[in-house]
Amino acid sequence: MLSFPEMADSAWAPDLTAAATASKAAPRHLAIVRITHWITALCFFALLLSGIEVLISHPRFYWGEDGNVLMKPLFTLPIPASRATVPTGYGYVLPDQNGWSRSLHFEAAWAVFLTGMLYIVAGLVGGHFRKNLLPGGADLRGGALSKSIADHLHFRGPSESEAASYNVLQRLAYLAVVFVLFPLMVWTGLAMSPAIVSVTPSVAALLGGQQSARTIHFFGTILLVLFVLVHIGMVWLAGFRSRMRAMITGHAAEQPAVTQQE
Amino acid sequence: MSQLSRRKLITTAVGATAGASGIAMAARLAGRNGLMPPEWHGVFGPGDTMTYAAQKLLTRRTMAREFPRDRISKAPFANAFAPLTEEFKGLQAGGFAEWRLVIGGMVARPASLSLADIRSYPSRNQITHLACEEGWSYVAEWIGAPLFQVLDAVGVRPQAKYVVYESIEKGASDSIDMADALHPQTFLAYGMNGGELPISFGGPLRMRVPRQLGYKNLKFINRLTVTDSIKDLPPAGAYSWYAGI
Repeated sequence: MLSFPEMADSAWAPDLTAAATASKAAPRHLAIVRITHWITALCFFALLLSGIEVLISHPRFYWGEDGNVLMKPLFTLPIPASRATVPTGYGYVLPDQNGWSRSLHFEAAWAVFLTGMLYIVAGLVGGHFRKNLLPGGADLRGGALSKSIADHLHFRGPSESEAASYNVLQRLAYLAVVFVLFPLMVWTGLAMSPAIVSVTPSVAALLGGQQSARTIHFFGTILLVLFVLVHIGMVWLAGFRSRMRAMITGHAAEQPAVTQQE
Repeated sequence: MSQLSRRKLITTAVGATAGASGIAMAARLAGRNGLMPPEWHGVFGPGDTMTYAAQKLLTRRTMAREFPRDRISKAPFANAFAPLTEEFKGLQAGGFAEWRLVIGGMVARPASLSLADIRSYPSRNQITHLACEEGWSYVAEWIGAPLFQVLDAVGVRPQAKYVVYESIEKGASDSIDMADALHPQTFLAYGMNGGELPISFGGPLRMRVPRQLGYKNLKFINRLTVTDSIKDLPPAGAYSWYAGI
């Protein structure tokens, strides 16, 4: 799922001074980023839960167009299934919850798709991607990149001063989620729809078939879950309270009371 | 109340009213153009409605992919079904000579067709993918009479919007909208992979709707009812009515 970039905005960024000054006035995270972030987080949770529920009705994966219990799988997950027709080696069958799970999956998919589109359009128009997510050329050179990787590996992290910016690994991770994984999940999801495939057969054909699409959708989920785990871990390391505050209110530190005009 | 918050309040109210009437107008427009599913309410109503509307707009003239013969699955899977009833076994013993497809509802000439009657319509075949909502699938050749030919013969009344089809299995029924019912790939299927349609795959007569998931392809069809409203919508928590996904 797409996760919206700004959560673990980094205190690990190299150029702190200018940004720190700027952050006094402007919110760390724009309202549009905060709103889309939390809708996406909620949708991701719904999609993951309902996706797992649907998956356990057939925890076998195939490559190509077709695949069923009479055919050789590409691989099988070693878990029990919610259908008696699937041989799993377990002596029991899990309860079937596919009805609501499927409906929730598609409703959350619509919600996250529309939210993602809003985020992307707002990010392109407002310069969020250019300003906050595209790594600078210098950051991408071997030396700078490997220093950032080494810093992360050694947990050399959050300095006291806070930057309204992301470090290069963060930028690359967020860009990959927004512009590679998110579209891939939409594409492989649509490639499993018989109606959509009748509109554009290449949606499935380019992936090798509808079962290939299902298998790639599964691996995409694994990558997104890994991303979310690392994302939450980094937020934890960078200071959970201040990061959460920043993503909810827009400001990392408690704001001095703003005089309200009554 | 300050100027600012009053202005905010008015803006919000105007915005909310505009939004609500916009949604209401969109719903009316969608309804007039056949883009509202019968299942539009409830918690999952918005998702079901958006999927149905989007796919109905996109699939007006599309055909499910058809595959070359060498892509037919070597091992199609029939799935489990409820034990056959005595009624079914009796018909089976008679070689299904007494099997009838009863057609009624909003039609000019209600009919009761034998399998021979259905076979007398020009036969068509398609090699298409059948995907179960569980995740498995197979490619098979289906042989049958396109449903639109049978509907043309009985004369569908103009106000009709859906075709309800029932199985000889107790309580098993489903329905599709007129666009899907009249689609050239929607078959009353009686043959599979060059032979008779095996009982495990729904023989002697099965509904084949290749642009929707497997569960819309009901087995053992013996009744069609043409109607303008669906009375038996799936209960809450069941698979959604429209399965183009």
